[in-house]
Amino acid sequence: MDNKTMTMAASQRLLKKSNKSALQKEKRGKYLVLASALLIITATIAITIFLGTKGLQAFISNGVSLYEFLTSTKWNPTAENPLYGAVPFILGSFAVTILSALIAAPLGIGGAIFMTEIAPSWGKKILQPVIELLVGIPSVVYGFIGLSVLVPFLRDTVGGQGFSLLAGMIVLSIMILPTVTSIATDAMSSLPKGLRESSYAIGATRWQTIWRVLVPAAMPTLLTAIVLGMARAFGEALAVQMVIGNVRSLPSAITDPSATLTTIITLNMGHTTFGSVENNVLWSLALILLVMSFIFILLIRYLSSRRQF
Amino acid sequence: MKTVMEPKRTNTTTEQQPRSEKTETKPAALDVKHLNIYYGENHAVKDVSFSIEKNAVTALIGPSGCGKSTFLRSINRMNDLIPGAKSTGEIQYDDVNLIGDDINVVALRKEIGMVFQKPNPFPKSIYNNIVHALKFNGIRSRKKLDGIVEESLRKAALWDEVKDRLHESALSLSGGQQQRLCIARTLAMKPNILLLDEPASALDPISNAKIEDLIMELKKEYTIVIVTHNMHQASRISDKTAFFLNGVLVEYDKTDRIFTNPSKKDTEDYITGRFG
Repeated sequence: MDNKTMTMAASQRLLKKSNKSALQKEKRGKYLVLASALLIITATIAITIFLGTKGLQAFISNGVSLYEFLTSTKWNPTAENPLYGAVPFILGSFAVTILSALIAAPLGIGGAIFMTEIAPSWGKKILQPVIELLVGIPSVVYGFIGLSVLVPFLRDTVGGQGFSLLAGMIVLSIMILPTVTSIATDAMSSLPKGLRESSYAIGATRWQTIWRVLVPAAMPTLLTAIVLGMARAFGEALAVQMVIGNVRSLPSAITDPSATLTTIITLNMGHTTFGSVENNVLWSLALILLVMSFIFILLIRYLSSRRQF
Repeated sequence: MKTVMEPKRTNTTTEQQPRSEKTETKPAALDVKHLNIYYGENHAVKDVSFSIEKNAVTALIGPSGCGKSTFLRSINRMNDLIPGAKSTGEIQYDDVNLIGDDINVVALRKEIGMVFQKPNPFPKSIYNNIVHALKFNGIRSRKKLDGIVEESLRKAALWDEVKDRLHESALSLSGGQQQRLCIARTLAMKPNILLLDEPASALDPISNAKIEDLIMELKKEYTIVIVTHNMHQASRISDKTAFFLNGVLVEYDKTDRIFTNPSKKDTEDYITGRFG
């Protein structure tokens, strides 16, 4: 305390009214962050409401049957008797998501285990930058590489056109690999050190420690890693659209071309007029994407609540 | 497992005979000779030699960083997990040198179990925490597993508290119960030697007392080596005490002599609380 403040009375030093300017600065900061929070919340709610009303418009005002939309496999909005069966795209989205997760999950978790348990020093030094690089590559580049390398390769080796569910799945699995690996690495390295030691101390081998103790203990977070990867795969449009073939029919094999909710939206949004039925059913597809992403978030929240460490 | 190890415990002819007059009565379980341990450049344990008695409690005391935990962890080769750790010398156990490169550390840790300062049960049920390690050994029979679970929990004085909730998560137990579960888990392996690294220091006084009672009970069957920061604990439960300072074994003697009439000034200063 300097001399000047020493001479002031306690009422001047300590009462709120005599410190107005400092308190106002505090308040200003508080309002600034509150405004940011409100803006984020408003934007999210606005998008949800907009998607909700636009997505339901096709069923409410255009007379499209919701039942047909969710159960029929025939999609032809521009025919004389337009058909609005979204099943091929819903299934297509789920197929690429689940298949790519099936590839990325074991690879990502395996990489995470390698980095944390097998070669923590040099493994991390090499794999970490590789993974960061994978995150940084834009999806259009993944799609471009898929289109010019993967599709011809598949055409020559497994036959068919090359554009296929398989191509989409491979491109997506590489795209979600960094998400899965980095969260799985965090999951493994945040396990208490004592868990590892106590397993070794009762005579478990390294492999037994990893598979019977560490992986089960990290399981909720590992599943979160997979679900986050799946959420990214479900929403990816551009790269998938470039390699999947975009047909309206249900694929009968993994090498058949297919389509997903996202690819149909990106392909058709440009040449449908806003407010038309064709445009409105695209919004309905978008609504499904939104609902699915809510479900993914709920799943992640549920899994995180089961974390033990 | 038991049948394999039984002859080893009773067959005293192959055992190392005690080297000094201080270990007059009991045969040695571990005979340490010129043990040096390095962490990279850090010389953590310096030329330590002494014999640890069978079926007795040996307490290792000394200020933090004196090398006592490092020494303890070298007995069942937990130091192998630390990059850059290196040991020279001998820890003679039966007819092998535990420091040797030819030791199968996984088999070793089944015979020489370890319990850590912080209770660290696996995130599984109480029952599975104990069964877990047994399954690694190929014991699959439900009846046999049930038997070992009850036996180990009784030995760890935990059975009465948990017998009605064996299939609840081990993480729902209190800290003291978790620690006794960790002891039970180690006992289930039917070890010859128990290494305890400050097993009661993270617990409340009542749990602490329970652990001490347990150690007194267990020494009838096991050789116990315990690291402790608690002088009273060392004097209450141990038969022999080793005082470490800066990586050197300063004094090793019967516990009552160490605490009543230590021969070294450093030992006296430490146990009377003048430093450390």
